Amino acid sequence: MADILTGFLQTISDWAIPILAAGIVMLALSRRVKIYEAFVEGAKEGFNVGVRIIPYLVAILCGIAFFRASGALDLLTTLIAPITNFLGMPGEALPMALVRPLSGSGALGIMSDIINTHGPDSYIGRVVSTMMGSTETTFYVLAVYFGSVGVSKVRHALWAGLIADVAGLLSAVWICSLVF
Amino acid sequence: MNFIWAFLIIAGVLFAAINGKMAECTQAVIDAAKGSVELAIGLIGIMAFWLGLMRLAEEAGLVRFLSRILKPILRPLFPSIPSDDPALGAMVANFAANILGLGNSATALGLKAMIELERLNPHKKTASNAMCTFLAINTSSLTLIPATVIAIRASAGSANPAEVIGVIILVTSISTVVAITAVKILEKLPAFKIKPEEDQNG
Repeated sequence: MADILTGFLQTISDWAIPILAAGIVMLALSRRVKIYEAFVEGAKEGFNVGVRIIPYLVAILCGIAFFRASGALDLLTTLIAPITNFLGMPGEALPMALVRPLSGSGALGIMSDIINTHGPDSYIGRVVSTMMGSTETTFYVLAVYFGSVGVSKVRHALWAGLIADVAGLLSAVWICSLVF
Repeated sequence: MNFIWAFLIIAGVLFAAINGKMAECTQAVIDAAKGSVELAIGLIGIMAFWLGLMRLAEEAGLVRFLSRILKPILRPLFPSIPSDDPALGAMVANFAANILGLGNSATALGLKAMIELERLNPHKKTASNAMCTFLAINTSSLTLIPATVIAIRASAGSANPAEVIGVIILVTSISTVVAITAVKILEKLPAFKIKPEEDQNG
């Protein structure tokens, strides 16, 4: 059942971009849009957006690199372990929970590690899979999105994102313990 | 952001000194700087592709059409955006791409939405309420197909790699609801009020 569902969803994913591209072009043609000129005109901005992101991305990813490589993150993990244990989070899942908002590739690495050590069908394996799938790399998203328009005062966006991360990470633990 | 960034760097350097990890730190920061540029450059192609297609969709009236039909849902979330503004259509395109798991295409459409939101933003260097709401929804994740997770589980020999999909969809819905609630409460707090900008020409 789940396999059929995944296969179906995967097919939608594979078809989406080509179908959308063809659909938009046909619609634009029928509305007599000069499609080639309009496409090129729009696409021109792509380069500027990419370049505009660079300083924001360098700032945040370098900050995170310092924090992780120095062992400061490990210390933070040890410090908050009693709190997360109390909330029912397995100790092995804590590094995953802390890295997830900071680094997508880092979290993916930790998840693979845990899955290979404990097995994908263990409780902890399911918990980290859920954490990975149901949350986003908040810091990366904020740097890229705000960077693309040159916004440096992010106001409450960061806190709202982090609150949502905490909610997602904790409910991943709780719902997994109810379901599996 | 100032505080968090300072914290990451100062705590990092301090602990690198205590733990004797200065060499690792140096290497990590060099790699991160290089990686950031590669990430940004890697986005340019797909960015150009989607910005081009979105221009077609705009000129054909598709973006405004999307904005208009989804107005009932979007209005309470983004009260400051005029009801048939292309910004709404671009945000919808980003949400849809995220739900379908289109990765970098979703990012490209999201950046298009940010450009539209910035056009409406009177304080060019400060995030508007609409931007914060948009990003809160975005960072809470909107996945329907966690393709990477399923692939890793399958390669580790899981008996049923896709069994986590239901839980993931449930958890991601919870975190999205929390994100929207949090952003709507936080935007009213005095600490996050928009302050006048000293430098208007950014």
